[in-house]
Amino acid sequence: MRSPLSAARIRRALPTRRRRVVAASTAVVLLAAAVTWAVWPREAAVRTEAAMLTVRSGPAGDQPVDLDTTLYLPEDASATRKVPAVLLAHGFGGTKDSVRADAEEFAGRGYAVLTWTARGFGRSGGQIHLDHPDYEVRDAERLLDWLAARPEIRTDGAGDPRVGVVGGSYGGGLALLLAARDRRVDAIVPMITWNDLSRAFLPESTGREPVDGVFKKGWAGLFFGGGGSVGTGPAGLSGTAAAQPEGAPASAGPPAPGPGAGPGTGPGGAPAGAADPSCGRFAADVCAAYLRIATTGRADQAAVDLLRRSSPAGVLDRITAPTLLVQGEADTLFPLSEADANARGIAAAGTPVRVAWFTGGHDGGEGPKTDTDRVRYLTIQWLDHYVRGEGDAPGDDFTWSRIAGFDALDRGLVATGYRTADYPGTAGDARREITVAGPAQPIANPPAGNPAAISSVPFAGELSSLLGGVAGDVPGQHARFESAPLDEAVDVVGAPTVSVRVASPTGEAVLFVKLYDVEPGAAATLPNGLVAPIRLTGLPSRIEEARPVTVTLPAIVRRIEAGHRLRVVVATSDQAYATPVEPTVYTVAPGDGPVTLPTVTGEPIPTTATIWRWVLAGLLAAIAVGLVVVVAVVRRRHRRQDSSVHPGYADTPLAVRQLRKEYADGFVAVSNVDFEVHPGQVVGLLGPNGAGKTTTLRVLMGLTQPTAGEIYVFGHRLVPGSPVLSRIGALVEGPGFLPHLSGLANLKAYWRATGRPVADAHFDEALEIAGLGASVHRKIKTYSHGMKQRLAIAQAMLGLPELLVLDEPTDGLDPPQIAEMRRVLQRYATDGRAVLVSSHLLAEVEQTCTHAVVVNKGRIVAAGPVEEIVGESPSVLFEVTDPDAARTVLDRLEGVRVLPDGEGQLVVDTNGTARSEVVAELVRAGIGVDRVVPRRRLEDAFLALVGENSRGSGDR
Amino acid sequence: MAGSQVTSDGARGTGSIGAAPGYRPSATLPFAAEFRRQASRRRTQLALGFMVLLPLIILIAFQFDSGNDDDNGRGEFGSLIEFATTGGLNFTLFTIFVSASFLLVVVVALFCGDTVASEASWGSLRYLLAIPVPRARLLAVKLLVALAYSALALLLLAGTALLIGTLRYGWEPLRSTVAAQLEPGEGLLRLLAVLGYLAVVLLVVAGLAFLLSVTTDAALGAVGGAVLLWILSSILDQITALGALRAFLPTHYSTAWLGLLSTPVQTDDVVRGSISAISYATLFWGLAFWRFTRKDVVS
Repeated sequence: MRSPLSAARIRRALPTRRRRVVAASTAVVLLAAAVTWAVWPREAAVRTEAAMLTVRSGPAGDQPVDLDTTLYLPEDASATRKVPAVLLAHGFGGTKDSVRADAEEFAGRGYAVLTWTARGFGRSGGQIHLDHPDYEVRDAERLLDWLAARPEIRTDGAGDPRVGVVGGSYGGGLALLLAARDRRVDAIVPMITWNDLSRAFLPESTGREPVDGVFKKGWAGLFFGGGGSVGTGPAGLSGTAAAQPEGAPASAGPPAPGPGAGPGTGPGGAPAGAADPSCGRFAADVCAAYLRIATTGRADQAAVDLLRRSSPAGVLDRITAPTLLVQGEADTLFPLSEADANARGIAAAGTPVRVAWFTGGHDGGEGPKTDTDRVRYLTIQWLDHYVRGEGDAPGDDFTWSRIAGFDALDRGLVATGYRTADYPGTAGDARREITVAGPAQPIANPPAGNPAAISSVPFAGELSSLLGGVAGDVPGQHARFESAPLDEAVDVVGAPTVSVRVASPTGEAVLFVKLYDVEPGAAATLPNGLVAPIRLTGLPSRIEEARPVTVTLPAIVRRIEAGHRLRVVVATSDQAYATPVEPTVYTVAPGDGPVTLPTVTGEPIPTTATIWRWVLAGLLAAIAVGLVVVVAVVRRRHRRQDSSVHPGYADTPLAVRQLRKEYADGFVAVSNVDFEVHPGQVVGLLGPNGAGKTTTLRVLMGLTQPTAGEIYVFGHRLVPGSPVLSRIGALVEGPGFLPHLSGLANLKAYWRATGRPVADAHFDEALEIAGLGASVHRKIKTYSHGMKQRLAIAQAMLGLPELLVLDEPTDGLDPPQIAEMRRVLQRYATDGRAVLVSSHLLAEVEQTCTHAVVVNKGRIVAAGPVEEIVGESPSVLFEVTDPDAARTVLDRLEGVRVLPDGEGQLVVDTNGTARSEVVAELVRAGIGVDRVVPRRRLEDAFLALVGENSRGSGDR
Repeated sequence: MAGSQVTSDGARGTGSIGAAPGYRPSATLPFAAEFRRQASRRRTQLALGFMVLLPLIILIAFQFDSGNDDDNGRGEFGSLIEFATTGGLNFTLFTIFVSASFLLVVVVALFCGDTVASEASWGSLRYLLAIPVPRARLLAVKLLVALAYSALALLLLAGTALLIGTLRYGWEPLRSTVAAQLEPGEGLLRLLAVLGYLAVVLLVVAGLAFLLSVTTDAALGAVGGAVLLWILSSILDQITALGALRAFLPTHYSTAWLGLLSTPVQTDDVVRGSISAISYATLFWGLAFWRFTRKDVVS
């Protein structure tokens, strides 16, 4: 709290109304500023140049193709202020617009960003060659040439721009292949991309070659069929795979493919050559390979070679650009093992490599905000150091994250980040072995792979992958082997291995091995929907003869809680894969080894949450300290408060000195009131409505602050809340009771609130005064106005206070009660006590009070003992039968004077002559006297005042 | 507050502060007295009674389960509804889930918004001040009593739900699809943590209602105003265009308690929500005290 002095000064300095206006305007302006600040579009100073560039590529570098490009330049980039560049590639099915947000982000950080629509997509020409070194990669080389020729771009030499390549999925593959082919690339950030495209689409988890792989038909179909703009992602900064254009929710269904993105849509606006309805914009060789694989479910060597041509796997040793590999854990298309292979290949050549895993991916989307923030930070750090040449070397520590649960607020996922110094690969730095057991089980391969188990649904959204909600095995088509409940939780980071034995009457089997986390009493969860397809050959027909095979499952990051079980499921079908058409019955049994779970020791990455915890602790401490300080200051002020007794008023129950009250709107209710109440007195505060009586009493009760003047009660200065108020009993502005309580309960509740001993209350006396009889037990809301009034007077008298202040006490009382009240008050003002009664009724004051104070318009017009001011004046009013004769008679009398007054009445100043004598004179003169009325001074004064203005002055 | 200085001297009993015998500022309006004043009110009894009744009504409603399980479509937390009848803890959680966003807000606004304004409208406020109860003390006691009743309402709701839920559905582990199932003991702890966080979030309502309560004589205005502003904040919170500004809305973190159900416990938003709620509540209460200790009581 501030010093009252300064507050008072400010208050005086500004009229109230203006103060309010100022305060309100300030609040509005601040709010408006905050809103504006928050919603102001963050237009980074970025300019863009869109252009259709024609580049020459192809095996001989002579085939022109139009590329739809946009160059984002920082506002201040110029020939004299050259900036480094970023080549930002989009995902499969996307266009340059898919990565606009990321491009703007990079440009805002001072990079020139070149985005383009890859050939075969959008408005660009050409056909899709799947990042073919002679086509897509060569296109990108030409773009580097173009960048080098731009005056704003920093160069390392003639034709060699300072450039980093960033891209996700299809764009990530391009980044790797371009870096392997073109030494001008200074750094790359490939995200959620592949190492070997043939292995990605034809995986086999016992280590066999892609020609023996199991065709991942679900994803392949999505890519080829253009059923969705698969892998459109940018990934750029947002780290996602992003199979979606910006803003599209992960589960919102496949976004519309770009024009002509898929087969069947024809060449679109681009010169795509002959429109083969089965191939669309795919290059003929790619299309043919797909058609062959998809038909048989097997890949021939030619198809594998074609896919390998588009894979970084064979050229990793040529990459010299420092590489940041970002891979998604929720990715059934390009699992973590793809990044692992890239990391090993690039690191083997001595090139700096850093690996980061995040919880999104082609299935999981961007992942939680903590993940996108981490990926964004890593990317910027990487580019700043290796491209711009600023900042410390990022190091090569490995970061990953694990889904920790749901974010309660935005219903997203929450991930916890971890870090460890060395990249352990998918095998972890330690392993836990857990034995699973179960009998050998016969399982049926359904004809034509239908019905099939569901493990993952491409693009079903991140939730499905976490919840395993879509995972379902078909009865009779899968075998289960379970472990005992785990003793302690295991943090799996890496690729578990499983051993199984399989027998098949045909000697061959295609199976899907999965590892479930089984929570007791709840559904089993298949982490991220990842399965390991295996194709086994040379199998015996009897399980007893089967030899164990070790299956390496896809790498996962998951905490398996204590008490959970592991369940190995071997299924014959999976909707995402092509399986043998012929129905067969296999027999599956556990192998000879346990399930091994790799683990990695890492430390959690500190997040802002730690800071917030400190903020909370600081806030609580600040509040506690603030509270202590406020209480201390208040107490100190109390102690300093003038508690001295004014010697002049020490025995005076009430002394009001030059009281003035001006309300906030400028209305002066009391301008100068000055009076005293002494022991034994019943003082009447008399005045018309609006004279300022109630305001005076409000100040007296500490309800309002006076503008000026003082009030002393027994010599103690009275301010709001003064302890001396406890010696005053009051009825101000009518009764105030709790309507739901009885009269008695109200009095008791009131007395309890005083905190004083019950014995001091004198309930019996008070109730006697109230005179309510049995009604005191009824609820207040059933009371009449008069009953409440009497109870309120009784409440004021509780504890027999030394000063009783009653505002219009007879309001609502009937005449006998009024008479009784008079006696009560007169009795009360004995024994050193005093009573102050306010009233607008002259008669009441006259009959009840010993003293009177007459106020009008906030000023005292008369004060003194009632006899003195109410007392008889020497004037008398006569009503006579013959006024003229009477006047003559009276004029003859010594000292008697007829005052000039009106109409058939004689007002006579008897000046000491007895009234009886005057009457006798008149009667003797034969004049009939009808009435003789003594006149009163107070009445004269009061009526004159009331007559003058008793209306419209408002309630004061 | 200056009670230590009060000494009783002599028959008239007036100490150096000139008070009546037996009067000490720090003894006025004892907590128990105010608690009883409020307890005797019908609205207090009705509000608390409803807290007991609501779980019963919900329980009866669940008995009409026809078995037609349609998707509740509330995202991952829809499981709270599916699992409501799997055990006492889950039933309690469900009851809290359906009450937290509105019912408890109204109840807290009622207790805190009505307390001073209703005294002002009855006219009894000026008699309390004329006792005199020091204004800061009056507010402090009224606030504490209102908060005590709010907490009581919360506990009654949860306690009744837990009791009848356990009697009807058994003492089962706490389940949800957002996390592994929790053993009953652990589940109970989580439930208590949820209640604790809810109580903290509701401090904003308490602060707002209390500030309005000292500003107006109309109890309905204070209660309704607080609820309306809460709803306004909730609506604004739905508008994602507001961006980072939403984090400053008092209701932004109001559902962060759901994070306490997952394993490991998600406390980030709980911490942020607590900071927000405590800041707002402190601000509102500070303003309320600042205003009330200075204003003219003219009602």
